[in-house]
Amino acid sequence: MAQERTGADILIETLTDLGVEVVFGYPGGAVLPIYDAIFKQDRIRHILVRQEGGAAHAAEGYARSTGKPGVVLVTSGPGATNAVTGITDALMDSIPMVVITGQVPTALIGSDAFQECDTVGITRHCTKQNYLVKDPAELESVIREAFRIATTGRPGPVLIDLPKDVQVAGTAIDRPRTSIGYNPQTEPDPRLIENAVEMIAAAERPIFYTGGGIINSGPAASEALRTLARLTGAPVTSTLMGLGALPASSPLWLGMLGMHGTYEANLAMNQADLIVALGARFDDRVTGRLDAFAPHARKIHVDIDRSSINKIVSAELGIVGDVGRAMEAMIAQWNKRGHQAADLSGWFARIDQWRAKRSLDFPNSTKEIMPQLAIKRLWEATKHRAPIISTEVGQHQMWAAQHFNFEDPNKWLTSGGLGTMGYGLPAAIGAQIGNPDALVIDIAGEASIMMNIQEMSTATQYELPVKVFILNNEYMGMVRQWQDLTYQGRHSHSYSEALPDFVKLAEAYGWKGMRIDKPDALDDGIAEMLDYKGPVMVDCRVAKLANCFPMIPSGAAHTEMILQANEVSGEMDDEAKALV
Amino acid sequence: MHIRTEVSERHTLSVTVVNEPGILARIAGMFAGRGYNIESLTVAEVTEDETVSRITIVTSGPPEVIDQIIAQLDRLPPVHRVHDLTAEGPHVERELALVKVKGTGDHRIEALRLAEVYRARVVDATISSFVFEVTGGTDKIDKFLELMGEVGLVEVARTGVAAISRGHSTF
Repeated sequence: MAQERTGADILIETLTDLGVEVVFGYPGGAVLPIYDAIFKQDRIRHILVRQEGGAAHAAEGYARSTGKPGVVLVTSGPGATNAVTGITDALMDSIPMVVITGQVPTALIGSDAFQECDTVGITRHCTKQNYLVKDPAELESVIREAFRIATTGRPGPVLIDLPKDVQVAGTAIDRPRTSIGYNPQTEPDPRLIENAVEMIAAAERPIFYTGGGIINSGPAASEALRTLARLTGAPVTSTLMGLGALPASSPLWLGMLGMHGTYEANLAMNQADLIVALGARFDDRVTGRLDAFAPHARKIHVDIDRSSINKIVSAELGIVGDVGRAMEAMIAQWNKRGHQAADLSGWFARIDQWRAKRSLDFPNSTKEIMPQLAIKRLWEATKHRAPIISTEVGQHQMWAAQHFNFEDPNKWLTSGGLGTMGYGLPAAIGAQIGNPDALVIDIAGEASIMMNIQEMSTATQYELPVKVFILNNEYMGMVRQWQDLTYQGRHSHSYSEALPDFVKLAEAYGWKGMRIDKPDALDDGIAEMLDYKGPVMVDCRVAKLANCFPMIPSGAAHTEMILQANEVSGEMDDEAKALV
Repeated sequence: MHIRTEVSERHTLSVTVVNEPGILARIAGMFAGRGYNIESLTVAEVTEDETVSRITIVTSGPPEVIDQIIAQLDRLPPVHRVHDLTAEGPHVERELALVKVKGTGDHRIEALRLAEVYRARVVDATISSFVFEVTGGTDKIDKFLELMGEVGLVEVARTGVAAISRGHSTF
């Protein structure tokens, strides 16, 4: 007869067997048996965060930068609810994550016990799947299924709620729970691939519109994109989540598209006769006003999630499958048919006219540090080290997306779908854990960084040399920008009042703290930050009232871009105010 | 500003799911969260080993929304299969209603006669009331209730639609 194991032992052994190396967590009453099992082993490394939300974002950063699932372990009640934002973030950005939550003992469930909450109820709609396990004999099969669901198909978070008595109870039995018969389609239909290739070969003004799905699919998908772009000669734009799939140095690269995308990317989408959407989902930040979106284009949409196809924009050709596999199949078909890249010189001549607008240019200043310049200089100083960049959410995030040029996938960690302020620091910590030798920088804003500032302590504890580069303009800049655009500059509660002294704060946490406040000190300051072996927080004082352009106002068409601040008008009508 | 409304179609969806705790909440919540309509929803285990349930959902919306509803159901891991019976061809839809009618004299006699026409069974009777059991398609039940409204209808309980495809094929 097999040896009896407790639920906690089964958990640790199964995680180990699945190759889990790191767990981000925070202990509490309802997970004490698991923490005791962790104490007695040395194969899984536990990273103690300072708040459970930090654990979830750290797991996201770990997952996004390594391609492995992130694992989170938190207690019941507040432990679980604190993690909910990070779980929702992972759902929106399709990040593979497995969350283990403690729960009160089964006999107390539903009794409003201490630190009880209905975790599976609360997380039902922000997880891809979740479980309450009441029998330790089912636990191993549930954990294995959870990892399979989290990491295959369209990746996402899966939660396992584990009552304390199930962690303690011993069992010698392994009684797999009924399999849910989950079987995502990864192989694309070859006939549809043939159609797609013929459409691409015949297009006069094609464009590849790529997204986070290519990053999720793995490095091979980025390789396939590079080959496909080279073979067809078609220009490539990307969503926020897809940056790095095609090198920014490629002549085919148009820059990011959408609300803060480049003029050439948005105009090319508007004028294209064929849009090939690869692992992207036509988010409202990308399309702008839908009835004016890409009026001349036929659309091919490749996505592993069938519900993404025809959800927002109807596609002439929808292909369900893994985007990397689909591109490989397209390449094979392209070669088999002996297609040559079409003459797109007329198309590129128009693109070059749009490029000549130099939409990412910004006014320079000798007195103040322009935030865009700070990011450009940071990129220049670090590009030879292929850094991993995380961001918080807001103007600095958009400036980073515009001015930091990514050459490879898995180097760009940002909260795209949910737009979670406070994501960047814990994500950087998770990325540094997964990539101990990499240069990891959180490009932050002074408001966002305050949302998970406590995680500085985590970096100190594990001696993680993360760099936090704060573009400090003393405003919730994107909020203020929208107030400038839509509310005649009434800055309601968007000033970052009572900020801490970030240099002293850094020192209080055992970090190096620095301040850069003059343009001529920028390069030296960045060099000093990079030279320091440990964690550094840089308070980079930037121009206070700079706004992020170009911009397609919410609800406007791609052709209605605002390129510079002087094109901004004062107040919008109610239709526009109701848009997000 | 105004909120837009669009033309809608009524579709009956047959969804087989793993019979696990919370699956009904997951599906109902998905409809609520994404703003889809549920006109009726029935659920019960349908296999001997109690591992599979069939959920019949009657929903309505423009064709592209119906397509989204099917795709959104299909992507839920515990969902085995989704069939749009309305789109796939001939199928049978039935629901059952228990109808309480109160009254005496002519109304009472008329209620009984109408019940006979609609093949409704009397499952409870007192001197001043009947409870009828009637089965049929939604239209038939609606019509029966409309008629009963004239002759003393006081309370209704309906099961919602259960549906299955015609012919020998299964899913």
